[in-house]
Amino acid sequence: MYNGGKIIAGLIIFIALVTFPFYTNIGKTIEKPADPTAAPDELHIGDVPIGQMRAQHMMILDKWRDEVVRGGKRYIEFDGDEYEMSIQNGCLACHSKQEFCGKCHNFAGINPYCWNCHYSEEEGLL
Amino acid sequence: MKIDRRKFLKLAGCTGIGLGLTAADVFKDKAEASSGHSNVSTAAVRLAMVVDLRKLQTAEDYQRIVDACNKIHNIPTLIPEKEDIKHEIKWIWNDTYGHAFPDQQNYYHPEAFKQKLFPLLCNHCDKPPCVRVCPTKATFKRPDGIVQQDMHRCIGCRFCMAACPYGSRSFNFVDPRPYIKDYNAEYPTRTMGVVEKCTFCSERLEKGEQPACTEASNGALTFGNLNDPESDVRKILKSNYSLQRKPELGTMPSVFYVIGGEEYAG
Repeated sequence: MYNGGKIIAGLIIFIALVTFPFYTNIGKTIEKPADPTAAPDELHIGDVPIGQMRAQHMMILDKWRDEVVRGGKRYIEFDGDEYEMSIQNGCLACHSKQEFCGKCHNFAGINPYCWNCHYSEEEGLL
Repeated sequence: MKIDRRKFLKLAGCTGIGLGLTAADVFKDKAEASSGHSNVSTAAVRLAMVVDLRKLQTAEDYQRIVDACNKIHNIPTLIPEKEDIKHEIKWIWNDTYGHAFPDQQNYYHPEAFKQKLFPLLCNHCDKPPCVRVCPTKATFKRPDGIVQQDMHRCIGCRFCMAACPYGSRSFNFVDPRPYIKDYNAEYPTRTMGVVEKCTFCSERLEKGEQPACTEASNGALTFGNLNDPESDVRKILKSNYSLQRKPELGTMPSVFYVIGGEEYAG
């Protein structure tokens, strides 16, 4: 084999790089969040079942965003109460960002850029 | 299909007339758009602001207005290590007569008036050039006349900054968060790479409140519906002489400056 040494060294480096995610995560356990599809059918703000809210919250937030920014409709009525269609003043008034949003986002390795502008005080920024 | 010479000429003639009519229509629209005064908005609501300079006397009067806005909207202060004016974010700010009204030809305006500062902000033009140039429609005009910006859609191309004749728009060259002194948890910050400007406090208007600057101004700033003849802004404009910034550009600004005589020009 011509250049056998170089080829074998190259192959070893290649395999080391490709398998990098596997051997760095060996032995680590990440708590798996609850299955979003197994959520109760109880209705959430916006008259959406909680399961659907978990699975499709990004679409619902997108729709609310357009209604607030473009349509000037800032409040949504649910169960006789009025709620603000806002991440900071709405969602995070009841849910905690780290616990509630972070759990699934961290597990799935998602880093949504909502937080570049919207966030709660618990993050300790500023 | 066979077509003879006679039929071809007939069709060509009709096409020519059709094209000519379309072109005439386009030019008619253009001519209407460029003639400023006849073309004022007839919408039911056109929100506007009147700045009464007679009621702004001390440096505190001016600063209070700007501070109220900066606090509520999480506006960063000038970034210290890069004391670069390009990094300044401003929604409402104070500037000199020369910068506010460079088009004023009357060099006999009272000297004391020329020495005054003027609170400047987005003019929420009736014909906003920033809206025309925005390639993503991130900036748009609401039915009530507010020129609003959707930060989610802004791609930071800064066409609107080039189009705005009033310098009302600022670009976030860096992440503004470390430079916000006094954080308001109810309002989002902006992110690096978007343009921002005054919104006439649309979020406060929906709660039935006045814009922050108006509230902090002790009556120097008045906010209201310009298309309602009984509104406060119209009453002030009816009984006082007022200036608009660069009205000759045909943008139809919705911010008016009531100037006083020598006796008021502190």
